Amino acid sequence: MERSLLAPGHRACAGCAMPTTIRLVLDAAGPNTIVVSPTGCLEVTTTPFPESAWCVPWIHSLFENAAAVASGVEVMLKRRGQDTNVVVIGGDGSTFDIGMGSNSGMFERGHKVLYVCYDNEAYMNTGVQRSGSTPFCVHTTTTPSGSESLGNPRPKKDMPAIALAHGVPYVATASVAYPVDLRRKVKEALKTNGPSYIQVNAPCITGWTFDAGTMIELARLAVETGLWPLIEYVNGELVSVKKIRRPKPVEDYLRVQGRYKHLFKKADGGDILKQIKALADRNIAKFNLVD
Amino acid sequence: MSKGRDSSMPQNTANMKVVEGSYAVAHAVMCCRPDVISAYPITPQTHIVENLSQLVADGELDSTFLTVDSEFSALSVLVGSTACGGRGYSSTTSQGLALMYEVLYNVSGMRLPIVMTVANRALGAPLNIWNDQQDSIGARDVGWLQIYVENVQEAVDTTLQAYKIAEDPEIRTPIMVCMDGFILTHVYEPVELLDKEKAREFLPDFKPASILDPNNPLTFGAFADPSTYTEFRYQQFAAHQKALEKIEEVARDFQKAFGRYYGGLLDSYHAEDAEVVLIAMGSVVGTIKDAIDEMRAEGIKVGLIKLRCYRPFPVAALRKALAGAKVIAVVEKDVSIGNEAGLVTDLKAAFYNTDIRIPIIGFAAGLGGRDITIKDIKKITEKALAAEKGIECEFEFLDLRKEIL
Repeated sequence: MERSLLAPGHRACAGCAMPTTIRLVLDAAGPNTIVVSPTGCLEVTTTPFPESAWCVPWIHSLFENAAAVASGVEVMLKRRGQDTNVVVIGGDGSTFDIGMGSNSGMFERGHKVLYVCYDNEAYMNTGVQRSGSTPFCVHTTTTPSGSESLGNPRPKKDMPAIALAHGVPYVATASVAYPVDLRRKVKEALKTNGPSYIQVNAPCITGWTFDAGTMIELARLAVETGLWPLIEYVNGELVSVKKIRRPKPVEDYLRVQGRYKHLFKKADGGDILKQIKALADRNIAKFNLVD
Repeated sequence: MSKGRDSSMPQNTANMKVVEGSYAVAHAVMCCRPDVISAYPITPQTHIVENLSQLVADGELDSTFLTVDSEFSALSVLVGSTACGGRGYSSTTSQGLALMYEVLYNVSGMRLPIVMTVANRALGAPLNIWNDQQDSIGARDVGWLQIYVENVQEAVDTTLQAYKIAEDPEIRTPIMVCMDGFILTHVYEPVELLDKEKAREFLPDFKPASILDPNNPLTFGAFADPSTYTEFRYQQFAAHQKALEKIEEVARDFQKAFGRYYGGLLDSYHAEDAEVVLIAMGSVVGTIKDAIDEMRAEGIKVGLIKLRCYRPFPVAALRKALAGAKVIAVVEKDVSIGNEAGLVTDLKAAFYNTDIRIPIIGFAAGLGGRDITIKDIKKITEKALAAEKGIECEFEFLDLRKEIL
């Protein structure tokens, strides 16, 4: 592999999926790329002034405006006739919640921008608070488990469906555990004449609490249980899914994470596990994941 | 200082057209050749951006006009396009400016020389769409330069000046051109529109030293920890101090090229020998000049300092211009709920460490669009004359309707 476009020496946690995700995205996009990032772990771990880990032009403005900033970048490149990729890389808090208005605007205006969300399913930079992406019954610092609580009471927001509802011509999910698939999807997305959206499952060691050496295995389990289907839509049509040979039990995925620990201690935890299994089954049926 | 009322009038009346203020500003923006215009509709700013989008639609203006989801995104789009080396323009007011607040700091901190017209309007609650200046005065600390204009011609001319000031390599700081909503945006006045070619000579193309470019990959918007943050703010502060000279210089350059001058940082009207000096910003200056004409005819020694530049606050120029006054009355369309209002507190601070001991009184006037009449100005002048002998009230709401309280 050629020199990575994200230099080593950044300050992300050992076992964090975010830098690996960025490297895979940049590998596929190449050096002729401008990256826009919202505020978050990515920004604070890669750009402590006067240092920067970025070997492509990179801009951070605020938490909720990356898609708008990227729109401005894209229109200037277009005015110059410059064929350079514009890629947003941001976490789920900015993507699902606070940046939703800006994302919606970028999607409906049809800018040729690839938006990559590294989805670690909570506000990790501020200390593991619940986001709109946090799955059902996850313990976070603002949806703690307790005698009266099983963690986050709501299911994860369906952001790919929101992108599809905007008519975004390329929408896919991906996983840090499937690098070939992720790189291919980035390349496909960048060929799209319009906006594209890729949501990458990216485990956070601090927020999910797992053994640092198992990050990739954990991300793979999310796919193999059916909880994180790998799907790809082109012009609104589902064109590919990653098939699962034999779905693994959701417990295999949940049991190794601190954020689900409470479910295995509760008397009614078994019922909740059934509900989580039902979410996986629904994905398996909806996307025909098992032949 | 200009000599009086006529210095700002166009030299060649044959070129004058009666147009709406918003059209005149849109035309001026066209002459500044922005690459990207990004805006969200809000009264009374809408006519400016409607006119701009029509100029683009008619092929008269080669800009990319983006309609966005909010004022927040409007200014954010310009963060991206300006960082890519494009000249950017937006316009907003009131609630829209408030919604932009976080981006305002970001633009100035990243030293992106964006020009934005603020069509000054009151803020809710209670909802009010009419003119005052609470919106931009409230944004005095965000790091943008602020120039307030008296009439449509000055709005036109200041728009062109603003880009030249903002984009100067020593300044690199965004500017708000503040014009009173409705009073100036919706008025039809005879105006000399800018000549495109002359404007091009005056304002060269925007060529920033650092842009987002794959051939020279730079990082924009890194975070600064306590060991470097202060120095970023210091540099912005220093740029504002340099802007004090630059604003005056650009106003003089403009005068040479176009024959019109409004003062750089400030202007004066019968202030030289005045006992009472009023100080104000924006369109109320016109009313005050009329009131002064009448009072002068009655033998009252009253004059005016018209403040154009509120940020940076021109402390030295104000000390010089006001040193001879016996009493100063500030007429301003804003209030700092909890402590007087922006201009009066800044002005008092400007004199505190000097030997100049002039009584200063302040009036919050014209809030939410209430008319400020010649009679009001005369009343303020009477109160100022009385305050010369001893201040009874340092700050008050002009024309307060006590019967409905």
